[in-house]
Amino acid sequence: MRSFLNTKTAIALAMAVSATTAYAEDVEVLHWWTSGGEAAALNVLKEDLNGQGIGWVDMPVAGGGGEQAMTVLRARVTAGNAPTAVQGLGFDIIDWAKQGSLANLNDVAEKEGWDAVVPAALQQFAKVDGKWVAAPVNVHSTNWVWANKAVLDANGIAAPSTWEEFTAALETLKAAGITPIAHGGQAWQDTTVFDAVAMSVLGIDGYRAAFIDLDESVLGGDAMVEAFDRMTVIRANVDDNFSGRDWNLATAMVINGEAGFQMMGDWAKGEFLNAGKVPGEDFLCFRFPGTQDQVTFNADQFMMFDQSGNVSAEQAALASAILSPSFQSAFNVVKGSVPARTDVSDEAFDNCGKQGMADLAAAAASDNLVGSLAHGHANPASVKNAVFDVVTAHFNGEYDSATAAAELVDAVSIAK
Amino acid sequence: MALHANADFKTRLQMWLPKLVLSPTVALMLVFVYGFIIFSVYLSFTDSRLLPSYGWVGFENYSKLWRLSHWETSIKNMGIFAFLYIGICTVLGLGLAIFLDQKIRAEGMLRTIYLYPMALSFIVTGTAWKWFLDPGIGLENVMQSWGWTSFEFDWIKNSDFAIYTVVLAAVWQTSGFVMAMFLAGLRGIDNEILKAAQMDGASNWNLYRRIIIPQLRPAFLSAFVILSHLAIKTFDLVIALTGGGPGRATELPATFMYSYTFTRNQMGIGAASATIMLMTIAAIMIPYLYAELREKK
Repeated sequence: MRSFLNTKTAIALAMAVSATTAYAEDVEVLHWWTSGGEAAALNVLKEDLNGQGIGWVDMPVAGGGGEQAMTVLRARVTAGNAPTAVQGLGFDIIDWAKQGSLANLNDVAEKEGWDAVVPAALQQFAKVDGKWVAAPVNVHSTNWVWANKAVLDANGIAAPSTWEEFTAALETLKAAGITPIAHGGQAWQDTTVFDAVAMSVLGIDGYRAAFIDLDESVLGGDAMVEAFDRMTVIRANVDDNFSGRDWNLATAMVINGEAGFQMMGDWAKGEFLNAGKVPGEDFLCFRFPGTQDQVTFNADQFMMFDQSGNVSAEQAALASAILSPSFQSAFNVVKGSVPARTDVSDEAFDNCGKQGMADLAAAAASDNLVGSLAHGHANPASVKNAVFDVVTAHFNGEYDSATAAAELVDAVSIAK
Repeated sequence: MALHANADFKTRLQMWLPKLVLSPTVALMLVFVYGFIIFSVYLSFTDSRLLPSYGWVGFENYSKLWRLSHWETSIKNMGIFAFLYIGICTVLGLGLAIFLDQKIRAEGMLRTIYLYPMALSFIVTGTAWKWFLDPGIGLENVMQSWGWTSFEFDWIKNSDFAIYTVVLAAVWQTSGFVMAMFLAGLRGIDNEILKAAQMDGASNWNLYRRIIIPQLRPAFLSAFVILSHLAIKTFDLVIALTGGGPGRATELPATFMYSYTFTRNQMGIGAASATIMLMTIAAIMIPYLYAELREKK
């Protein structure tokens, strides 16, 4: 009798649990935006949906690049219990779409005219085989240089616009006893710098040929050796305690005037703003010398996972809320990035944000907008990490430039 | 008659009960340990990338694996790490055990102090040593602030030496445990033999060299087996201590396997590396088990 009772309670409990999960008016969102600013930015979206009577089940998985989140996601999808929406980056979205796990958002997209306002380079990752599968939230660009204005002024340095001016500035700072470049020695940070450096040597066509089309003659060519040589120069201008340092600690070095420059994506701006610094007055933002007209981007998107063969009403509402101009503006002002659609007003943004938006629109119009290799928007994770290996090994002195270029060809061919 | 049947039932129950109790764990073990081992080995022959998939590619993943300089680095590191870690832990553990065996005062307390690091997880060890070794905040900084300005200890930031810092932290963690094993071995040696040897005028040195250490053979073997499989599966320590860096100077097969399987979407290559690690462990364990089982007869 007792055991029968137990079974009955167990069944009742199981039914109660499945009833709450099946209760369909919530969206469950898996993401890794757990830092203060990011969480605040996400709140904007949460409240928008609450206003429409849609609940929000938050499922944050901490960890900068979202690797842990992807591991969680893999387990959830394998178990047949995918979250409604998941933060995704670049080729991960395409990989999931190819697995047939993502929903088709074409109805919403058509109704709201996404095709016309989202840059084509970005659509590559949000639209797979003609189907919208993800809603882009923002565009970060990665070929920025951040500089401490007081340090530069004190040493008579203006924002450099060519590689020669840049190396001269580095020399001056070194002579003045200031660490010229603040850098964190993690593979993705090394490659973020390499992204910009390689583009300054190869130009936009060379960058495309090498890192998007994986053309071996460019990957192992003389220009690539030259790019690695420039990385050697940058390594010589980094302090010795750089390895393993987080990017925000490197940014803090620039904020505190211990270092002159940092090459990092525009999420670094958030750190400056948090420290109460004003763009243009306390710090400068400019494109990496030699890449003024070009933009390498990465974009956060929310992939919509197929729930029952159809896009649910809540998913459609979430997607449409994400792409609404008011959300795009409110979110990106807080996050430091720029809107994923080009028709949003730049009124609410600061100088760096305004420049970012103008650069993005110009680069999209002139076909100078490319996905960032270091952030998984040029090639899938396997190729990206193969390049990480070579770049970081070279940066840490394991290879000379010629060997690095040769290794790049080999590593990429294995990872393809 | 009824009594007889009852007794019969009891003996039968007694015979079957252990088997009944064990069978679920055996079944779970078969599926979740051996089943998944077979599954992983199978995956290493497929074109799995993001998720498991079942297109057969033969030995392609293995040939790719051995072409990767990254794998070569991690194998080399494994060699350095395993050799030093097993060697130093054994020597240090044996040394400590012999000192503690001299009937010294406060042995219980000392034993606890030496054994305690084993109670910490490798993540804690790694994080603590990371701070201790960091030139910016750790030992180097403290020494310099005390006035020894030429003091330098930046191994953890140096590609050529970083792997030795992993050895350092791992030895600190495990040598106490090895000591406990040897101590148990030492206590198990028959006092009569020692007394007889002393009677015959054997010096302390000879006593250890000729009689005690040779008798510790089973302890040595257990220490070797435990240390070598700890070495091969070292993962959390490296992740916490160096994250595989600087560059990839401290990558080990376990960190390699994790990154290829779970972050690089190359599950096939990851499974191939896991299979090779399994075979390495098997190469150590099977002769050991064979020897153990044969001795028991």
